[in-house]
Amino acid sequence: MIKEASVNQRTEPRLVPLGQSYWVKFQSLIALLILCVAISLVSDKFLTVANGWNVLRQISVNICLSVGMTLVVLTAGIDLSVGSVLALCGAITAGLLKNGIEWPAQNTYIGFTILGAVVVGLLVGALLGSFNGWIITRFNVPPFVATLSMLTIARGLTMLWTKGFPISGLGDTFLYLGTGWFLGIPVPVWVSLIVVVFAVVMTSKTRLGRYIYAIGGNESASRLSGIKVNYVKILVYTIAGGLAALGGLLVTSRLDSAQPNAGISYELDSIAAVVIGGTSLSGGRGSILGTVQGAVIIGVLNNGLVLLDVSPFWQQVVKGMVILLAVIIDKSNSKND
Amino acid sequence: MFIAQNITKRFAGVTALNQVNLSLPLGQVTAIVGENGAGKSTLMNVLSGVYQDYEGELIWKGETVRFANPKEAQEAGISIIHQELNLIPYLSITENIFLGRELTNSLGLLDQAKMKKRTSELLERLQLKVSPDTLISELKVGQQQIVEIAKALLWDSEVIIMDEPTSAISDREVEVLFSVIEDLRRANKAVAYISHKLAELFRMADRFVVLRDGQTVDSGDMQDMTHDLFIRKMVGREVQVNRRICTDTCFRKLLQVEGISLLKGRATVLDNISFEVGKGEVVGIFGLMGAGRTELLEAIFGLHNGNVRGQLSMNDEPVSIKTPSDAIRIGMALVPEDRKKNGLVLGMDIAANMSLTTLEALESYGLLDDQSEQALAKHYIKELNIKTSSAQQKAKNLSGGNQQKIVLGKWLATKPQLLLLDEPTRGIDIHAKSEIYKLILQLAAEGLGIVVVSSEIPEILALSDRILVLAEGKLTAEFPACDVTEDELLKAAIPPSV
Repeated sequence: MIKEASVNQRTEPRLVPLGQSYWVKFQSLIALLILCVAISLVSDKFLTVANGWNVLRQISVNICLSVGMTLVVLTAGIDLSVGSVLALCGAITAGLLKNGIEWPAQNTYIGFTILGAVVVGLLVGALLGSFNGWIITRFNVPPFVATLSMLTIARGLTMLWTKGFPISGLGDTFLYLGTGWFLGIPVPVWVSLIVVVFAVVMTSKTRLGRYIYAIGGNESASRLSGIKVNYVKILVYTIAGGLAALGGLLVTSRLDSAQPNAGISYELDSIAAVVIGGTSLSGGRGSILGTVQGAVIIGVLNNGLVLLDVSPFWQQVVKGMVILLAVIIDKSNSKND
Repeated sequence: MFIAQNITKRFAGVTALNQVNLSLPLGQVTAIVGENGAGKSTLMNVLSGVYQDYEGELIWKGETVRFANPKEAQEAGISIIHQELNLIPYLSITENIFLGRELTNSLGLLDQAKMKKRTSELLERLQLKVSPDTLISELKVGQQQIVEIAKALLWDSEVIIMDEPTSAISDREVEVLFSVIEDLRRANKAVAYISHKLAELFRMADRFVVLRDGQTVDSGDMQDMTHDLFIRKMVGREVQVNRRICTDTCFRKLLQVEGISLLKGRATVLDNISFEVGKGEVVGIFGLMGAGRTELLEAIFGLHNGNVRGQLSMNDEPVSIKTPSDAIRIGMALVPEDRKKNGLVLGMDIAANMSLTTLEALESYGLLDDQSEQALAKHYIKELNIKTSSAQQKAKNLSGGNQQKIVLGKWLATKPQLLLLDEPTRGIDIHAKSEIYKLILQLAAEGLGIVVVSSEIPEILALSDRILVLAEGKLTAEFPACDVTEDELLKAAIPPSV
């Protein structure tokens, strides 16, 4: 069926010059490098080993949230509930550890091992996430609205569970998760590293990952190709919820306390990391490693501004402008994509 | 008199209009007829200022004009009622009619009362008995069409172009529209009227213009024409395309469709359709726009679950298809009409698009096997002669013909038994078209059952063993392809209304 005459047809595809796309790939890394050099020029406290681990430990929570957020955003969704889910799951694990479950009326008491409390916390996060996904797919509620509702619901449940007071004093073993060291690296950094490795493999090497990109790129073509779009979406929100719970465990363990106000506006930091990392909010385009770079940039920026003694008010202004700048650069790049 | 002279319009190398001449005299209704794709809508878009980059000239009131946009055309007294409705669903009738030309009072605020009064007058004239405050979304499609007409009347235009105005309205509303057109004629306006319903044209039109393949083939007085003469002029090909040779092959039954109906809201889109497709048989489905062709394929493929009644069997076994993945498992494949919207993930590369239907088979130990995926893509790039520098090229950077081949490739990869093709060659160049024709016939020879939906009669004749004709959701005729004339097909496809 192949004809020789057809070879010299005019449909030569347009090629992007290699040099340019190469530069674009590493632009956030370059930005990060410039940022680090700039800060270390004005502060001698920045470029120390201790501060390095400190920054990484601080961003480990945001990395957990942002990895989940990336998956959601790749399907052209969004999850505003991660901050509240983080707080609720941290509080549940802390509460179970400290007080167990008591029914005085029936004279029953269930105590929890650390593993048991951690697993319950993670499961609750996953459950809330799958609830988000179910609402979004079953009732066609826009993800923004569905997860905005969950933001409020989960925060309210946190207040109910903690009665508005922190749950503190959780025991040294539990604190290992947020403050310990393993093979010379802080445990939270290990946790976020494992999450990132899993997510990178999942997005680039598995069927699920491919489906996530396809759904974000063209949902109707994906459905027509036999992909179970709703199932994939629910799964993605479930993972995001579970990772938010993991973030909650890290925060709670580091502070040795579950704060009812934990995680407020964390969803914004994680969205910022996703966006700075070059993932398109309209879905289908982006990467986990991009998001990791985004999270590191935000972390370094936060750390640098504190070291430079910039007032917290100005810190927010600077952060906002960095996000804007990143998105504007990204937009102008994707135009010739 | 509004005159179009030697109008030529090209789209990315395809000539849609070629030296077309048209005149619309005041006080007369001019019928514009032609097959799907003859260039009617393109011509109307040139006349009404939607397209500016055409060759030739428009002459209005003795002067050459070139409108920069539809608004300029409207201000010059030329307005168009589009086939697709251009109304904003959550604004009221009044707000829609006055959109972009709102009346204001001396304070610069909207003069609601005056606008509402004008709207009421228009609605009364069109006998649409609803409040001017009604939201467009609360109206039926036919009523929306009337609002669209009211919008054109408000301008008091001298030239009014109506593109299939009766496609969605009831017989009673058609009568109202005709009395309005009668008024317009008496008020010495020029009306251009596009319709597939020839009976309407005989009632209303004074003159006619026939377009075929982007050219004016005839024009003159309506009185000199007959129904059959029109159809011959619309089709008018002296040279027949090579059509399938008649064989006495007895096909073994593959797909059986029994009494499929589809309801959308209260509208019956498909009405009790039954047919069979044999192994190795190509069944063509012909029909005009809105006949339910696409919906029939979608209904079979599980895209309208819940609204579909009827029974399907494959290889004599009843099957239940609730989702596309059910359909794929049973051995069906659907190449959709709009490849950009439903066929491809444009931002993904060729390999990823091709493997999307068969990823499960490309896994080893839970991970995607990159090599198998590339091999699959390379196989179909070669097999289907896709012109690309590599399998990593993004789908959006390829031409229409090559994009269509990617879609075909991704479905052939599923090794289907039944291939449903919806307008498989729409918007692609002649060369790719003939390649796709060859491929379809070759696949049929290999034993696949194939259903081809097309609005192009030559295409249907070139591919099909058997042709089914749909009109308004009903199966109106069935012909063996070697033994049917184009006139017969068109006659069966044109709804008998009015």
